[in-house]
Amino acid sequence: MTGITPSQTVGPFFKYGLTPNRQYAWNDAFTSNLVMPDTTGERIRVEGTVFDGDGAPVPDCMLEIWQADAQGRFADPQDNRALPNTKFRGFGRCGTDGDGRYAFDTIKPGGVPDPNGKLQAPHLLLAVFARGMLRHLYTRIYFDDEKGNAGDPVLALVPSDRRATLIAHRQAGNAVYKLDLRLQGGAETVFFDV
Amino acid sequence: MTLIYPVDSNKAHPLPLSPAYKSSVKRAPSRPLIPMRHTLSELTGPVYGHETVREHDSDLTRQHPGEPLGERIIVHGHVLDEDGRGVPNTLLEIWQANACGRYIHVRDQHPAPLDPNFTGAGRAQSDGSGYYKFVTIKPGAYPWGNHRNAWRPAHIHFSVFGHSFVSRLVTQMYFPGDPLFEFDPIFNSVPDQTARMRMVSSFDLENTQPEWALCYRFNIVLRGKNATPMENKK
Repeated sequence: MTGITPSQTVGPFFKYGLTPNRQYAWNDAFTSNLVMPDTTGERIRVEGTVFDGDGAPVPDCMLEIWQADAQGRFADPQDNRALPNTKFRGFGRCGTDGDGRYAFDTIKPGGVPDPNGKLQAPHLLLAVFARGMLRHLYTRIYFDDEKGNAGDPVLALVPSDRRATLIAHRQAGNAVYKLDLRLQGGAETVFFDV
Repeated sequence: MTLIYPVDSNKAHPLPLSPAYKSSVKRAPSRPLIPMRHTLSELTGPVYGHETVREHDSDLTRQHPGEPLGERIIVHGHVLDEDGRGVPNTLLEIWQANACGRYIHVRDQHPAPLDPNFTGAGRAQSDGSGYYKFVTIKPGAYPWGNHRNAWRPAHIHFSVFGHSFVSRLVTQMYFPGDPLFEFDPIFNSVPDQTARMRMVSSFDLENTQPEWALCYRFNIVLRGKNATPMENKK
């Protein structure tokens, strides 16, 4: 074969097509709420703000998450482990608002094995798209109240002084985790070459 | 069948920082990406039901009471993996400007008319062989503020999923022979000329419908190849 089709930016005008959110004459294929009526597991919200290299919020950013359900199973037949099926789809999409903010309503995922069978700490995969980003970038969101973080094989690849950029903090009193994303600069979010 | 996703294939993509495209300057990471082995999280991806695509979602000329103005076109092709196999039942989402080069997005201030009969958004699911088809209007070129007299070549934005979260692709489909190619920093952000031309559709006379619509073919190649190539199988 001749190679893959190259990526191009989503540009400034993707919202009416990908994240219309009832503001345009088009329906949302996906939303930022992943919770289905039969979804088990701890319901959580993950939220934050996306910043550019000047520290300015990014209002034209789109985030997509992919995650396992509470038992650590992915809603994809390629995950062929013998685990009970649920309606949970595990995929969500959110456009940032005028202040660069995002929020996903979902459940805390279970642990998923790495290629050596070692359990990874619970995490969300996150793909970041925006005007000015010629290709989307991949990162992960971990949770600060998970003991498994200490032994997570992917976090272990990240220099210790940058790990905090991947770990969402549980807010006092409710099941809200906060993590800001920084596309560039001093506290730049860690992105993975996957 | 187990697919693998060699990271080398990503060399076809633009580098995050492409200074001629000014918006990339403050939105590209300054640190190198951290390599890691793919886990089940990366090797799986979303599956969506047939309810995701409704009846007229793939025909952008039939979403309003009247027909949109402009040149009606058919855009079709196959979604393929790196071995040339069709990617079945995968979701394609498109969005585009109207025939005058105007998007319905509230932030588009280009002084060209909106078309009340054209939203410019569509969806389709590839069939069992990876084939997809849209009917739409040929989008116009439009000006933007990147540099003096900057104009984007006519394009249709494509968002495609594929077999895993790492095969996800957002790209732009261009039209053959556009004189704006050489001046466009987004098109030219793809460093390799051969790779760049994979974003350009080809005119398809065979599937052009007489007295009705020109046809363009656009094949999309996503990441993913067989972990056990045929020649190694016994």
